[in-house]
Amino acid sequence: MLDKIEWLASQAFDDLHKIANLKELEDWRVRYLGRKSDFSQILRSLATLSPDERRVVGAKANDLKIKLEESLTQKKSSLEDMVFSSAIDALDVTLPGKPVTLGRLHPVTQTLNEICDIFIGMGFQVAEGPQVEWEYYNFEALNMPADHAARDSFATLWMDYESEPGHKPMLLRTHTSPVQVRVMERTRPPIRIIVPGRVYRYEATDATHEWMFNQIEGLAIDTNITMADLKGTLFEFARCIFGKDRKVRFRCDYFPFVEPGVDVSIDCFMCAGAGCRLCGNTGWIEIMGAGMVHPNVLKRVGIDPDVYSGFAFGMGVERIPILRYGIDDIRLFFSNDLKFLQQF
Amino acid sequence: MKVSVKWLRDYVPITETTSEIAHKLTMAGLEVEDVEVIGGDWKNVFVGEIIAVNPHPNADRLRLATVNLGSKQVTVVCGAPNLIVGDKIAFAEVGAELIDGHTGQKAQLKPAKIRGVISEGMICSEKELGISDNHEGILVLPHDALTGMLLADYMGDTIFDIAVTSNRPDCMSVIGVAREVAAQTNQHVSIQTPVYAEEGVAIQSLASIAIKDPDLCPRYCASLVTGVKIGPSPSWLQQRLLASGMRPINNVVDVTNYVMLEYGQPLHAFDFNKLQDHRIEVRRAQEGELFKTLDDIDRKLTKDTLVIADGKRAVAVAGIMGGQSTEVTDATKDILIESATFNAAILHRGSVALNLRTEASLRFEKGLSRELPLLALKRATELMKELTGCKVAKGIIDVYPGKEDPKQIVFSAWEVKRLLGIDLSVEEIITILTKLDFECESTGEAEEIRVTVPWWRTDVTCKADLVEETARVIGYDSIPTTMLSSSLPEPQTLPMRSFRQKVQDVMVHCGFQEIITYSLTSIEMLQKLSPKNEYEGSQPVRAAHPMSRELEYLRTSLRPGALTTLVRNQRYKEAAIQLFEIGSIFLHREKDLPKEKEMLCAVLSSVQPKLFWQGTVELVDFYTVKGVVETLLSQFGIEAAFNPGDDESLLAGKNAVVVVDGDPVGVFGEIHPRVARAFDINDTAFLIELDLEKLFSYVVDIKSYKPISRYPSMIRDIAILVDVAVPYERIRKVITASSLVNQVVLFDLYSGEQVPQGKKSLAIRIIYQSSEHTLTDIEVDDVQKEILDALSHEFNVTLRS
Ligand SMILES: [Zn+2]
Repeated sequence: MLDKIEWLASQAFDDLHKIANLKELEDWRVRYLGRKSDFSQILRSLATLSPDERRVVGAKANDLKIKLEESLTQKKSSLEDMVFSSAIDALDVTLPGKPVTLGRLHPVTQTLNEICDIFIGMGFQVAEGPQVEWEYYNFEALNMPADHAARDSFATLWMDYESEPGHKPMLLRTHTSPVQVRVMERTRPPIRIIVPGRVYRYEATDATHEWMFNQIEGLAIDTNITMADLKGTLFEFARCIFGKDRKVRFRCDYFPFVEPGVDVSIDCFMCAGAGCRLCGNTGWIEIMGAGMVHPNVLKRVGIDPDVYSGFAFGMGVERIPILRYGIDDIRLFFSNDLKFLQQF
Repeated sequence: MKVSVKWLRDYVPITETTSEIAHKLTMAGLEVEDVEVIGGDWKNVFVGEIIAVNPHPNADRLRLATVNLGSKQVTVVCGAPNLIVGDKIAFAEVGAELIDGHTGQKAQLKPAKIRGVISEGMICSEKELGISDNHEGILVLPHDALTGMLLADYMGDTIFDIAVTSNRPDCMSVIGVAREVAAQTNQHVSIQTPVYAEEGVAIQSLASIAIKDPDLCPRYCASLVTGVKIGPSPSWLQQRLLASGMRPINNVVDVTNYVMLEYGQPLHAFDFNKLQDHRIEVRRAQEGELFKTLDDIDRKLTKDTLVIADGKRAVAVAGIMGGQSTEVTDATKDILIESATFNAAILHRGSVALNLRTEASLRFEKGLSRELPLLALKRATELMKELTGCKVAKGIIDVYPGKEDPKQIVFSAWEVKRLLGIDLSVEEIITILTKLDFECESTGEAEEIRVTVPWWRTDVTCKADLVEETARVIGYDSIPTTMLSSSLPEPQTLPMRSFRQKVQDVMVHCGFQEIITYSLTSIEMLQKLSPKNEYEGSQPVRAAHPMSRELEYLRTSLRPGALTTLVRNQRYKEAAIQLFEIGSIFLHREKDLPKEKEMLCAVLSSVQPKLFWQGTVELVDFYTVKGVVETLLSQFGIEAAFNPGDDESLLAGKNAVVVVDGDPVGVFGEIHPRVARAFDINDTAFLIELDLEKLFSYVVDIKSYKPISRYPSMIRDIAILVDVAVPYERIRKVITASSLVNQVVLFDLYSGEQVPQGKKSLAIRIIYQSSEHTLTDIEVDDVQKEILDALSHEFNVTLRS
């Protein structure tokens, strides 16, 4: 029995050497390892042997079976390589792949989502409000009564609607801040919201001005919210958006709906603060306005400014991709040229 | 506001470098946008005196000037016409960096021999010194310039260009900025009290003043000077005006401008003898009252404008601009100087209505202090006497109906802690506020003070303002950085936003590029569509003063923006264009803000396929578009029916209405050739429009888990013949009615040869599966027979052999 196994083995290995293609290999497998092969018959006949013989022969047969299977795998893989590497069947891997049409989100949407996600991570909730607003929400409720000089900095697109003769109180919102007021009117502190959305200005367009753009507004109201919290929140935001090494600067500025008011800048990433064209030689790039919500704004919505405090901030959204990617013309965003949009 | 540092020195010691001061002002809210150094390059330029002028031996148009520099005398060759012996001039030695008068470039002055005579330097023009473009003659300095002095020491200066925020009209003045510099550099401001002699009759007996609307003019002060000699101002004053960006006119006008720059109080000089009845009246203009302003323009006033009138007529638009009738001219002898406070709101409204912004109106509209007019008037009167040789009538008229007590605010250290997150003691706060001239006294309560606001700080009215003042002095940099530690608000989601984001994702995955188009459009654009849909008849909302015809109306449809964008990108022929926008349309509502409805609009152009080496990629057709709609709906578990549509923008027979629960939620189909032509679209194009708000209401929120069948499925393909007119959907419904049918796939549709006239052949794969047991052939045969019987019964379907 052992001899027969030896003989079968040498026969099998000899044959294997001669095999030149996958078809012959399959035949070989059937002949030597198939269910009807001599070898299988030997394994089946083991049962008829005495226990001692069975142990010796069984071990030998198993050993051989493993060897044959290993050789088969090896041979198969080398034959396959031969097939695919032969000149006739090999593919030109440099040919273009089948095109899959991929859409993209507008860079402004991408930026809005990114900003929202950062603030959502800090416990803020997204709020939205109307783009066509009443003068009251856009100005009055934000501490800018009629004929307030500060209204001039918001070149306003008024709508052709008269509530009474000579009074046109409907406008395209000039900032997202009216949503602050709407949320505070219907919600009691604690409040922590961010407001993304389109805003409008009566403005001639050029490379740096667009009459329609997007803003993100933030508002947090509770007891004991301080400017130190505002700093922490915006520093974290700037690190997320502009990189962890960015420095943030707070300086005094004036917006009628906050007091104290803040101009928020980051150190210029082009020149690292040395001064260049991007930062107008100041080393700092303004990214948003912010401050502590003005007590008059809180009073108007029935929140006691002696009990509650809070901060607000607002930034232009387009400005972020403009700074990041060195976009030199803001009009590119809404002219929707695919060659532009598909870069993001 | 341009502020000369040299001028600032009149009121505050400058103890730090100009760049340090500029930085501190910027951080404190007075943003120094630009720092201009005058004379920074004047290394070897001195004040000299011309002591002799002689002809050039070899040139008619050149002369030889001998210049005394104190320590030595030099001779230079000079071609300027205005060489006068005794004049003080700017002399540049060889080696000086000057601007070449011809090239405009900076160049170093080299030794020169001009027509055989050695020139030991140069007498400079304004252009060569970089002061102005004037190269006509040499710069002549005032006689008080000290011979031999470095010109930079005499004339050099640093000019801050400060962006003053609208809450700080007090800083639209040199004294105001000086106060800020003092607070930021620990110095004190000193302002000299004006002193001048008065003579003759009291002003009250010569002129009268009446305020008709005290709420619009809380204070009006005037002084009277007589015997004025009009002429140019002295050079020091001219220099200061120029440094501040104002043009010198004559001594009288210059004085009013100078005091405005110095104190921030606009003044006006009336030719006293042209004031009818020697009377001043402050009143509202009559509606339609005509008035010719100093700039020679006839203006029609409204009752929202405040005017200064004399006994007969308006003579000035209060606080904005004077009139021609009482203008100071070379012949003017006697002058009434006005110094008043006007209501900020009416000034703002008036200057907006007249579209007239002046240095005066820009200050008044921000709200000036009522204490300012008298001080400024005295200063102006002093200067007028000094510079014009006039006499000053006794006294001052001061009509002050709006006098107010100084503002007081009760303040505490807690307030600072509460808003800034920083611990300061009351003593520290007192020290800080005192630097800005706030007076602090104890209220008797611990940790609490009563703060009196200095009269010039009209912007400070509440505790929060004092917190900002504190922060400005200690520096915003010293505020600590902490993370929000307050409690989180109740969780509130904005489901529409998440829905919108998911829709965006599906569209992007279907190969659509998102676009964002303008919210305003034109009637012409909307008419190109003539959409016969539910929004018809809703008059678009118009802008009161449109920026252009193209941006006149709020859009009532996203279609024009999407189609315009499609056309704009048509030139890119290498790929099909697929665009979408999600945005609001604006629908008119009576006496209310327009309804902002969120819509999805997608457009596809089909004709230009992608080029690919294995052959061309399939063209877009109606069913490609429907596939997108179906993908979108299935993402949200929405089951919709598709009915033939009649949208006017779309081609009849090639458009469908999407209906959910009997409610039409959108349309899609091929763009009508008429619309395509109107938008210049060359190719076949398709459009999808869905009402996202409606769609959102049909979103199936929780899809409950359905167990996966462990039993094998069985596949049967059938080919059937049916009337062309029978919609596939009705056949599919019959097949899927059987509970064992798991899936139905139409895999061939054919009519033509081998199919009888009026019939179509459908090849349908039916996949049977049970969740309870393994299906047997017999079982499936039975079910399939039932299905075929039903089809035959309902639609006269026959099995194709
Ligand atoms: Zn830079």
